[in-house]
Amino acid sequence: MADLRYGAAISQALTDAMAEDPSVIVMGEDIGGAGGSFGITRGLLDKFGPERVIDTPISEAAIAGMAVGAAMSGLKPVLEIMFMDFVTLTMDALVNQAAKARFMFGGQGSVPMVLRTPHGGGLSAGPQHSQCLEAWFAHVPGLKVVCPSGPANAYGLLRSAIADPDPVVFIEHKGLYAKKGPVPDVLTVIPLGQAATLRQGDRVTVVSYGAAVALALAAAGQMADEGVSVEVIDLQTIQPWDETVVLASLAKTGHLVIVHEAVEAFGVGAEITARMADIGFAHLSGPIIRVGAPFMPVPFAAELEARYRPSVERVVTAIRKTLGKE
Amino acid sequence: MPRQGANAGDQLAQLLRHYEQLLTVRRCEERLQRLFAEGEVPGFIHLSIGQEAISVGVMSALSDSDTIASTHRGHGHALAKGMPLEGFFAELLARDSGVCRGRGGSMHVADMSVGMLGANGIVGAGLSIATGSALAHKLKRSGNIAVSFFGDGALAEGLLHECGNVAALMKLPILLVCEANGWSEFSPADRQIAFNLADWSKAYGIEYRKADGNDVLAVAEAAEVLIHAVRDGEGPALLECTTSRWRGHFEGDAQKYRPQDEVQGRDPLEVAAAYLAREGVGEQHLSQISARIDAEVEAAIAAARAAPPANYESGFADVYTLSAG
Repeated sequence: MADLRYGAAISQALTDAMAEDPSVIVMGEDIGGAGGSFGITRGLLDKFGPERVIDTPISEAAIAGMAVGAAMSGLKPVLEIMFMDFVTLTMDALVNQAAKARFMFGGQGSVPMVLRTPHGGGLSAGPQHSQCLEAWFAHVPGLKVVCPSGPANAYGLLRSAIADPDPVVFIEHKGLYAKKGPVPDVLTVIPLGQAATLRQGDRVTVVSYGAAVALALAAAGQMADEGVSVEVIDLQTIQPWDETVVLASLAKTGHLVIVHEAVEAFGVGAEITARMADIGFAHLSGPIIRVGAPFMPVPFAAELEARYRPSVERVVTAIRKTLGKE
Repeated sequence: MPRQGANAGDQLAQLLRHYEQLLTVRRCEERLQRLFAEGEVPGFIHLSIGQEAISVGVMSALSDSDTIASTHRGHGHALAKGMPLEGFFAELLARDSGVCRGRGGSMHVADMSVGMLGANGIVGAGLSIATGSALAHKLKRSGNIAVSFFGDGALAEGLLHECGNVAALMKLPILLVCEANGWSEFSPADRQIAFNLADWSKAYGIEYRKADGNDVLAVAEAAEVLIHAVRDGEGPALLECTTSRWRGHFEGDAQKYRPQDEVQGRDPLEVAAAYLAREGVGEQHLSQISARIDAEVEAAIAAARAAPPANYESGFADVYTLSAG
C-alpha cells in the first residue's frame, strides 16, 4: 500500500488510459497549458501533445457536443467541465444527444465519452461553484454516473469509465483533490455499477458516495464507541447503483441511512429510499433517514456553508433516529 | 454548370445520378406525406420537398466515410448519404427492421455505416456533433470531412457561434451548410436573424459561398470547391444555399402564417431535367427513371409493412451497456 492524492490518482488514470489507447483524448477549458483549474491534467500536454490534450475556448455547449461527435467518429474523449455548476451549459449534448444515441439509433453504436467534473462545497465558492447535481444525470436513461470517494476508486473507476462504450458522467469532489489516501501498489480497475462495503456492521446500514463517505465512516467509528455496529457502503457508481449490495446489507441490519452532499429533495437518497421501501420493506425495522443538504442554494459564507453541508454529527443523529434512540 | 475538365460522358452520368437521387428523395417524401395523412406514419415528420438539391448536391462531393450531422428535416440528407430505402421506410413505419429499430423515427434516422450521424430533434445540435466528428477526422488524419446541415432558423442558436469559433480556431475539416428556406419554423427568418452569413463568415475567418439551392449543379459545384479546400486542411467553410420549403414546418401544419403571395423557388427536379434535356435526355428516359424509382419506393414500403413492429423488450438492452464485471 502507498499513499496517493485523490487528484494525482485521477491524473494517473488519465495518463494510463491515454498511454494505452491512442483514441483517448482529453479536452476542456485551460486543461493543457494551464493544467486544469485544479491541476488534474498537469503534465498531459507535455506527454501527449496538443492534438490529444486540447485546450478549448469557453464554450461548454460546443465542446460537450464535440465530445459526442468525436465519440461517434472513433475517439474516446474525456471532457473536463471546470465546475459541475457549468454542466447546465452542456445539457443538450449530454441529455438529448449522448444519452439517447445507443437507444435512439437502434443500437448502431454509442457515445464512448466521459465528462469529468468536480462537484461539492467547502471552499466558500458560492451558489454557482459548489453544487452537487448528480441526481439530474442519474435520472436520464443512457447516462452512467460515477462518484469516487478516494484515490483508489477514483483511479479504478475512471479507467472503467474511459473504457466504457457509453457516456459516463464522472463526478469528482473538489474538496478531495488534495487529500491523500491509501492505494494498492498496483492500481487496479474497478468495474462500474459495483458498491464497496468499507466497514462491516450489523445494526445500521449507511450508504454514501463521494466525499460524504468519509462522514459515514467517521460516524460509524463514533457509533462503534457506543456499541452500535454500523455497516458503511460506498456506492461508487450512482447510475447504475448496486441495489443488490444495499438490499443484502439492509436485510442484515434492518436500518438504513443515506448520506450525500447533494440537496435531499428528489435526490439520489430519495431514489434509494423509495427502492428499498419497495423491495426491502420486509427488512425495515425503522425509518429510512437521509442526510443531505437542505432545500436551499449553497451559501457563500463559511459558517453558513458549514451548517448547510452534511456533517458527522448529522449522520450520527440520523443513525440514532433510525434506531429510535433519539 | 457541369464541371469543366470532366468529359461529356462523365458529366451526363453524374447529372443522371443527381436526377435519380433528387427524384428518389422527392418520391419518398411524397409517399411519406400520404402515408402520414393516412395514419401509417406516427409522430411528427418534417418534409424537405423543394430543398432536395442541397442534399444531393453536397453529398455528391462526399464519400461514405465522410460524416454528416443532420436536422429535423433530414430525410433528404439520410437518403442522399446512402441510407437504404427499406431501412428508412421501416423506421418511419415504426418497424423492428428500421435503421433505428423503430425507436427514433423521422427525427432521428441515422446510419453510422454511411457516416450519417443522425437527424436531430434539437435545432442546431448537429453543429457541435459535426464539429466533434471533424475533430476526430483531423486527429485520425483520415482525410475525411464532416458536414453540418442546418436551416436559417438555427442561425439564432448559440452553438453556431461557439462551433464557428472552435472550428476556425482549430482549422477543423468541416463544411457548414445552411439550407436557407426563409422560414424559422413558423416565423419569417428575416424577423429572427439580425445578420447575414457572408458577414458572419468573414468575422470568423471562414470561407463562404452562396449557391442557388434549387440547382443541384450549382450546389454540387460550390460544395466541391469548398470541400476540396476543407479536405486540404484549410479549415472550415460555409455554403449558404437559398431554397424554398414547399410544405409546412411539419406535416399537418395549416400554415396560416404564410403569405398568399409567397414566391416559391424553382423546382429542383425541373432544373435538373432542363440540364438533362440540354444533354439530349428526353422525357421518355426520365419516365423510365421515374417508373424504376417508384417501383423501388413501393417495394421498400411493402417490405416495411411486412416487417415485424418495433420491439419493446429489445430497447432495454440499448439504454446502456452493462459491464460484464
